[in-house]
Amino acid sequence: MSRIIDRPAATRGGVLGWLQVQLPKIVLAPTCVITLIFVYGFILWTTYLSFSRSRMFPNLNWAGTKPHENLWANPVWYKALENLAIFGTLYIGIASVLGLFLATLLDQRIRQEGFIRTIYLYPMALSFIVTGTVWKWMLNPGLGIEKLMHDFGWTSFQFDWIVNSDMAIYTVVMAGVWQSSGFVMAMFLAGLRAVDDEIIKAASIDGASLPRIYVRIIFPMMRPIFLSSFVVLGHLAIKSFDLVIALTGGGPGFATELPATFMYKQTFTRNNIAVGSASAVMMLVTVAAIMVPYLYSELRAQKGVQR
Amino acid sequence: MSFHVSRPASGTQTFWRALLYTILIFFALIYLAPLYVMVITSLKSLDEIRAGNLMLPPLDPNFDAWAKSWSAACVGVECSGISRYFFNSFKMAIPAVAISTFMGAFNGYVLTKWRFRGADIVFALILFGCFIPFQIVLVPMATILGWLGLAQTTPGLILVHVTYGLCFTTLFFRNYYQAFPDELIRAAKLDGAGFFQTFWRVLLPNSLPIVVVTVIWQFTNIWNDFLFGASFASGNAAPMTVALNNVVNTSTSVKEYNVDMASAIYAALPTLIVYVLAGRYFVRGLMAGAVKG
Repeated sequence: MSRIIDRPAATRGGVLGWLQVQLPKIVLAPTCVITLIFVYGFILWTTYLSFSRSRMFPNLNWAGTKPHENLWANPVWYKALENLAIFGTLYIGIASVLGLFLATLLDQRIRQEGFIRTIYLYPMALSFIVTGTVWKWMLNPGLGIEKLMHDFGWTSFQFDWIVNSDMAIYTVVMAGVWQSSGFVMAMFLAGLRAVDDEIIKAASIDGASLPRIYVRIIFPMMRPIFLSSFVVLGHLAIKSFDLVIALTGGGPGFATELPATFMYKQTFTRNNIAVGSASAVMMLVTVAAIMVPYLYSELRAQKGVQR
Repeated sequence: MSFHVSRPASGTQTFWRALLYTILIFFALIYLAPLYVMVITSLKSLDEIRAGNLMLPPLDPNFDAWAKSWSAACVGVECSGISRYFFNSFKMAIPAVAISTFMGAFNGYVLTKWRFRGADIVFALILFGCFIPFQIVLVPMATILGWLGLAQTTPGLILVHVTYGLCFTTLFFRNYYQAFPDELIRAAKLDGAGFFQTFWRVLLPNSLPIVVVTVIWQFTNIWNDFLFGASFASGNAAPMTVALNNVVNTSTSVKEYNVDMASAIYAALPTLIVYVLAGRYFVRGLMAGAVKG
């Protein structure tokens, strides 16, 4: 398609001519080399380490599947997986529903829409460390929201989730949803704006009520956006690290440990690089299982449009 | 696609509009609450924080905590403030953004206007790099940085951020240049413009929007990064996010919430300013990163 056939340089001979012809590839080469080494080479390297005897320092002494067996015998790893399941489901679910809800409301010819949208979306510009720091302060039972309610006269109000091992993971969900739902809202809003007005007019002439039009016609049209937000949020959830570190540090105990924090602690504080690498491999496999089919279909769809 | 039927405003319609605005404003307040709490807490004294109420505005607003955070907060054992780390982050982010954007622009140019056999596969392979969980590269990267003598340094972090930012910058420019008319390129070539001339004269002058999107995206990501900073530069070269986390978790006898919040504001300010000034481009970057258009 966008291949340029007439290359005047190609007619010139010699080394210079060859360089001219190869110039585009030479320009692209550093990125290719970097990707090959720092992405694919490192993936292989870490995978190898997950079969090695590496402890505090990486080494290449073969240990077979021992680190993987150790990983899957570690109760904290199971706790991390369980937390990821809880966090991932609620984070993706709530952020998607809330995002769609707010986008639908904002799409009703709201005055000051741009201003409100800016407010909903600003948390996305913040670092998860900032988010974690602020929420940690607000959720602290002694001086935060719990005390606020006590001051208002609701003295029996209890909100100690952040220090309660059964509930702490839900505080991570709250902060995560606060940070990301505005972004989902923006995606849905863009999708709603792309819906043809004629469809709604036609449906309303047929006597369908507005909520019915949304539920029956418009929301089903948002399927690609649900998919995109699922992929983006799922990917964020699996990589979640900073938020947990800043909010709970993985505690109380291991209550909010996620695979990303588990990997980090095994590798850098527990001197267990082999097991840490094994958990990193598991994370990669999970992400790849989501991303590869998605990227494949996106790139293929793109080709379909072009040709 | 807003739905609008032109009929005289009835009582029920007014009710629904009022409800609509109430809900929207309610959520706006919820989204704003943490920012509000962060700001007012940073303006209070410790005594007022302990005695007072989370939501009440400060009785005697002052910037003492801001000053202390800037020049005297304890980051680990050292109590010389977070200013150094604030500048560390700039020293890291500016070169990393510039280099990765520059390379991404050329990559996008080659991948769309100088296509070769296998260009799509090369692009797909580069693109996958955006989505790996970075835990998979931590140990090898630490090893390589050690070999290069770049461990615990800002240049080391620049290298890391350029490396793992390239796939995004390439993606942005590739998608943008894909829509750029080939005819203009061809015309430039017929006029005798070479590879670089075509880029500088034809493509680059038309690239401002995507450059803005890419710079904002890269700056936000690099400034907000914590994982790489904590893994490869936790000492004197630590970026702002790592320093903030250290300030909050430094175990002193007295927990200084106002200083914590002031530090959090310093860490949030650069990206917030970018967002307020160029929110439109920020959103476009998010979308481009999400929906690989």
